[in-house]
Amino acid sequence: RAVESQSEGQCAPVDSLWRRYSEFELLRNYLSVTYPHIVVPPLPEKRADFVWHKLSADNMDPDFVERRRIGLENFLLRVASHPVLCQDKIFYSFLTQEGGWKEMVNETGFQLKADSRLKALNATFRVKNPDKRFTELKHYSDELQSVISHLLRVRARVADRLYGVYKVHGNYGRVFSEWSAIEKEMGDGLQSAGHHMDVYAASIDDILEEEEHYADQLKEYLFYAEALRAVCRKHELMQYDLEMAAQDLTSKKQQCEELATGTVRTFSLKGMTSKLFGQETPEQREAKIKVLEEQIQEGEEQLKSKNLEGRDFVKSAWADIERFKEQKNHDLKEALISYAVMQISMCKKGIQVWTNAKECFSKM
Amino acid sequence: DTSLAEVNSFCPSMPISPSSMINQYKFEDGPELRDLFITVDDPESHITAIETFITYRVVTKTSRGEFDSSEYEVRRRYQDFLWLKNRLEEAHPTLIIPPLPEKFIMKGMVERFSDEFIETRRKALHKFLNRIGDHPTLTFNEDFKIFLTAQAWELSSRKKQGPGLLSRMGQTVRAVASSVRGAVKNRPGMFTEMNDYMETFSQKINLLDKIAHRIYKEEKDYFNEMKEYGPIHTLWSASEEDIADSLKGIASCIDRCCKATEKRMAGLSENLLPILHEYVLYSEILMGVLKRRDQIQGELDSKVDALANKKTEKDLFLEEIGKLEDKVERANNALKADWDRWKQNMQCDMRSTFTTVADNNLRFYEECLATWESFLASQTADLHVEEDCEDRP
Repeated sequence: RAVESQSEGQCAPVDSLWRRYSEFELLRNYLSVTYPHIVVPPLPEKRADFVWHKLSADNMDPDFVERRRIGLENFLLRVASHPVLCQDKIFYSFLTQEGGWKEMVNETGFQLKADSRLKALNATFRVKNPDKRFTELKHYSDELQSVISHLLRVRARVADRLYGVYKVHGNYGRVFSEWSAIEKEMGDGLQSAGHHMDVYAASIDDILEEEEHYADQLKEYLFYAEALRAVCRKHELMQYDLEMAAQDLTSKKQQCEELATGTVRTFSLKGMTSKLFGQETPEQREAKIKVLEEQIQEGEEQLKSKNLEGRDFVKSAWADIERFKEQKNHDLKEALISYAVMQISMCKKGIQVWTNAKECFSKM
Repeated sequence: DTSLAEVNSFCPSMPISPSSMINQYKFEDGPELRDLFITVDDPESHITAIETFITYRVVTKTSRGEFDSSEYEVRRRYQDFLWLKNRLEEAHPTLIIPPLPEKFIMKGMVERFSDEFIETRRKALHKFLNRIGDHPTLTFNEDFKIFLTAQAWELSSRKKQGPGLLSRMGQTVRAVASSVRGAVKNRPGMFTEMNDYMETFSQKINLLDKIAHRIYKEEKDYFNEMKEYGPIHTLWSASEEDIADSLKGIASCIDRCCKATEKRMAGLSENLLPILHEYVLYSEILMGVLKRRDQIQGELDSKVDALANKKTEKDLFLEEIGKLEDKVERANNALKADWDRWKQNMQCDMRSTFTTVADNNLRFYEECLATWESFLASQTADLHVEEDCEDRP
C-alpha cells in the first residue's frame, strides 16, 4: 500500500513528476553508496531511447510517461523485495514521509562516503590482483550491455518496418471501396475485403504497444548491467586500496630495517642527502625508528581490518550477485516466453483477418 | 474448376500428344475443347555486329486442320511479337488485343538483359500468345498462324507486305482527331458507360499497382532488418548459461519467420504484381479500343453530315453510308462481345489473384505460428522439468 501511495504521486501535474523523478534518483544514489556490495535495482530511463519512428521521443508523451511510471513502480517493488535493502530506514521514509525526506537523506551525509569517479577509474587500471570472479563479472556486464542495446536498436528498426507493412495494406481498403462502386458482381466482395484490410492495418498499433513493454523488460537488465559494474568497481577500489596499504607497509618496514641496520638497500632522497650532508645522529635515527614502528603497527592493524573488510565485501557481494543471477535468469526467461506469446497472438490475428479476406475475395 | 487464366500456364517439358492434351484440358462448364497449345520458353541471346537481342522458343501443338503439321517450333524476338500485335490491331480495331510486355522498364532500374527481366518478359509473352489463342476470333487470324509456324525468312517477307509505318501513324492521328472532334455526341449510351467505367477502372488499377509495389518494398525492408535480428540473440546466448537455450530458440524462430517472409515476397512478385501490371496495360488498350470505335463512328457521322449538303451524287453517298453503317454495327457488336468476355476474364483473374494473395499471407502466418508455438512448448516443458527436479527430495 505504501508503494501505491507513492506511485499515485506520479499522476500529479508534469513538473511535480520531474521533482519526483529526481527524488527517485536521490534515493538510488543513497542506496548505491550505502550498500556498495548490493546490485541496486536501476531506475527506468529518464529520456525516451531506442524509439522507432511512430513513437514520439517526447518525454511528455502520455505513453512514455505511463511506461516510466510503471518502471518507477517496478523499481520500488524490486527494492522492497530485496532482503537487505527493504530494511533501510531512508527507503521506508521515502515511502511514508511526505515532507522533509530530502533533508533527511542529506543529513545522512552519504555524499561524503561516495567514491570519486576518478579514484575508481584509477583503481580499475592499477589494481593487480582483483578477485577473478569480479573480473569475469565485469566482462559479462560489458557484454550484456552491448548485446542488449544492439538488440533494442534492431528491434526498434524491425518494429518500424513492420508498421510500414501493415499500414500500407490500409490503402487497399480505400481503393477497393472506390473500385467496388463501378463493379456489379465483384462489388460486394471487394468492399468487404477492403474492410478487412483496414482492420489488418489498424491491428499493428496494439501489437507494437505490447512489444514496448517487452522492450522495457530488456531495458531494465540493460541498466542492471551498470549496477553490476558498480559492484565490481567497488571491489577493485577496495582491492587497490588494500594493495596500496600493503605496499606502503612493506616500504615502511624496509625503511625501518635500513635505519636499524644502517644499510641502504633502496635508493632514497634521504639516503642521498645524508650521504652528501652527513649522517644523522643516533638520537635522530632512534626517533625516526620509533615513529616508523608506530606507523608500522598502525599500518598492520589497518591492513588487517582492510583485509577483513575486503573479504566481507567479496562474500556479501557475491551472495547478492548469486541472488541477482537467479532473478535475472528467471525474469529474462519469462520475458522471452512473453515475446513468443506476443508473436503467437500476432500470427493468430493475421490468420483471422486473411481468412476473412480470402472468403471475400473468393466471392468476387 | 479451371479458370482460363490457369490453363494458359502449360509445362512444355512433357512429351504429350495433342489428343491427350485435349482430354486433359476439357472444360466442365463449356463444350470448348482446346486444340491449340502454345509455350514460350528457352530465351537465348544473339550477338551480331550491329546489336544484341534475345530470341524465345515458341512451341505450338495443334490438331487443327488448317495447320499443315501438328507441331511447330520457331524462334521469335520481341520485335516479332510487336509486329503481330500491330497486325491484330489493324485487322480488328475494336477487339481487345491482349497486352504485350513493355519494350523498356524504366522505373525498376532492371538491366535490360538481367535474368529477372528476361524471365518476367518470357512469362508475359507466353500469356500474350495464349490469350490470343483463347480468343474466339483472334485465334483464327492469318498473321497469328504465320507467327506460330513460319520460318524466319517467311516471317520477314510477310512483315514487308503489310501497310507501312506511315499508314499506321495516319490511322492513329485520325483516331485521335476524330475523338476530339466529338464523335462522342452520337455515341450509343452503352459505350459512354464503358468509357466512364474504363476511366475509373484505369485509375483504380494504377493505384493498386502502386500499392502492391509499395507493399513489396515494405516487406523487403522488413526482411532485411529481420535478417540482423535473429543472430543478435545467438550472440547473446554465448554469454549466458541458464537462458542460452531460450535465446537460441528465439533466434531460430526469428530466422524461420524471416524465411517465411521471403516466401511471401516471392509470392507477391510472381502472382500479384504481374497481373496488376497486365491490367494496367489492359486499361490503356481498352481506352484505345473505345477511341477506335469512336473513330469508325466518326467516319460515318461525317459522311452523314456531308450528305445533308450534297445536291448531286446522293445515291453514291447513300451507298457509302450504307457500307459505313454496316462497318459501325460490326465494330460495335465485336466490341460489345469482346467487352463482356474481357470483363468475365478480369473478374476471374482478380478473384484468383487476390485469393492467392490471401493464401500466401495465410501460409506465412501459419508457418510463423507453428514456429513460435513449438518454441513455447519447449520452454514450458523445460519449466515443468525444472519444477519436478525441485520437488524431488
